[in-house]
Amino acid sequence: MKLELRNVRKSFEERVVLAGINLEVKAGEVVSFIGSSGSGKTTLLRCVNLLEPIDDGAIFLDGDEISSVGRDPNPVRRRIGIVFQSFNLFPHMSVRRNITLALTQVVEKSADEANEIASSLLKRFGLGEKIDAYPDQLSGGQQQRVAIVRALAMSPEVLLLDEITSALDPELVGEVLDVVRELKGSGITMLIATHEMNFAREISDRVCFLASGLVAEQGSPTQIFSNPTDERTKQFLRRVQAVGKT
Amino acid sequence: MPRWDRVRESFFNGERLVDSFPRLLDAFVLDIKIFAWSTPAIIALALVLAITRSSRNPALFPIRIFVIGYIDIMRGVPVILWIYLIGFGVPGVGLERPFNSPLLWGSVALVLTYGAYIAEVFRAGIDSVHESQRAASRSLGLSNSQTMRFVILPQAIRRVVPPLMNDLVSLQKDVALVSLIGPIELLRQAGIDKAKFANFTPYVAAAIIFLMITIPLTRTTDYLLARERKRTSATRVR
Repeated sequence: MKLELRNVRKSFEERVVLAGINLEVKAGEVVSFIGSSGSGKTTLLRCVNLLEPIDDGAIFLDGDEISSVGRDPNPVRRRIGIVFQSFNLFPHMSVRRNITLALTQVVEKSADEANEIASSLLKRFGLGEKIDAYPDQLSGGQQQRVAIVRALAMSPEVLLLDEITSALDPELVGEVLDVVRELKGSGITMLIATHEMNFAREISDRVCFLASGLVAEQGSPTQIFSNPTDERTKQFLRRVQAVGKT
Repeated sequence: MPRWDRVRESFFNGERLVDSFPRLLDAFVLDIKIFAWSTPAIIALALVLAITRSSRNPALFPIRIFVIGYIDIMRGVPVILWIYLIGFGVPGVGLERPFNSPLLWGSVALVLTYGAYIAEVFRAGIDSVHESQRAASRSLGLSNSQTMRFVILPQAIRRVVPPLMNDLVSLQKDVALVSLIGPIELLRQAGIDKAKFANFTPYVAAAIIFLMITIPLTRTTDYLLARERKRTSATRVR
């Protein structure tokens, strides 16, 4: 297993967000998480990246427990990239520097190597001319694509995508999703929290429906979207259908 | 105003002004020197204090408590009192020249107090950088200190330049307080001239000299503030 979550629990004050998540993800698998706001999708991804310490349970990467207390999270984070809903680019740095910062400071690549990686990745995703721009000078879609490139530059084995299109204008969603489509072919393992049901259906090998801090139902996209068995999944899909999201 | 000519005679005496002005300007060089060597030390101390105070490393908890206490104490007592206590107190333990100079210890007192004031300015800047910036940086594998150095501080410092300038304008004036423990700088020289000629005009001249520095500094601050506001808000409501 590439990634394994065993009985992962997480609460904020009194509020239980993850109530014992069990999950196994194979190398190269693309798993989407759907569910209402507050169902724990974002928290789940942040826990996997060790941005949130878990209260109980364990997370394994290639069989190695990464969630143990006192373990240095930095080497783990090099292997697990995350892209955020609100992009979180560094506004005081050019696109180039956003991408090369971790390459030069964390994995100690030379400036030339880091530049090479940044420019070839940017070109690959159609952002070649933006290398010296600052985040404020880019559209939301471009910023989010740069954020994806920034995560990819570290050559992570697992990529976490946290609602990456939720902050975008509708006409910009497509260009960001195209990037993810291209990545699926590259064999990287992806965990995707999303509200885009059509996209989840198209891109996922497996879809997990989260409710009350648990994986309420999981299965192939066809199974979840066409043949849900859990009553909460059915209700959720009816609700999103009503607002035209699928 | 029947007494006006007497006021004019003792405060706005042209002859006295012309006579004192060059001496006062000479003395003002010392104010500028104190300002010039204190400022870098103040900024360095303030940064160290602010970074320590903002640190989340549990191991630094005792040091954090110490820093908070230090800042509270330095800010809670008038600057002039610290100048007396440190400027007279420290050389009083019997230090040899040149380490017993009131100029040295007066400057140290300024550095210690203003370091605490400006530490709070930096801390406000650090706190103003959104948590998501830290998350983004840490998620790339950068350590806490790398995150502070490359991501948080550069944004924080940019934001606090205007309030920082404000405090430097105050510092430029408070430098004159060092004269109270001995060094003959502008204010002190004005006092000497006043006593010698029994005329207050040198004080007015001293005020003019201070304004020659503080007004341009203040205008620069205003300019920086306006530019920052323009940069951070896309549309401006009239």
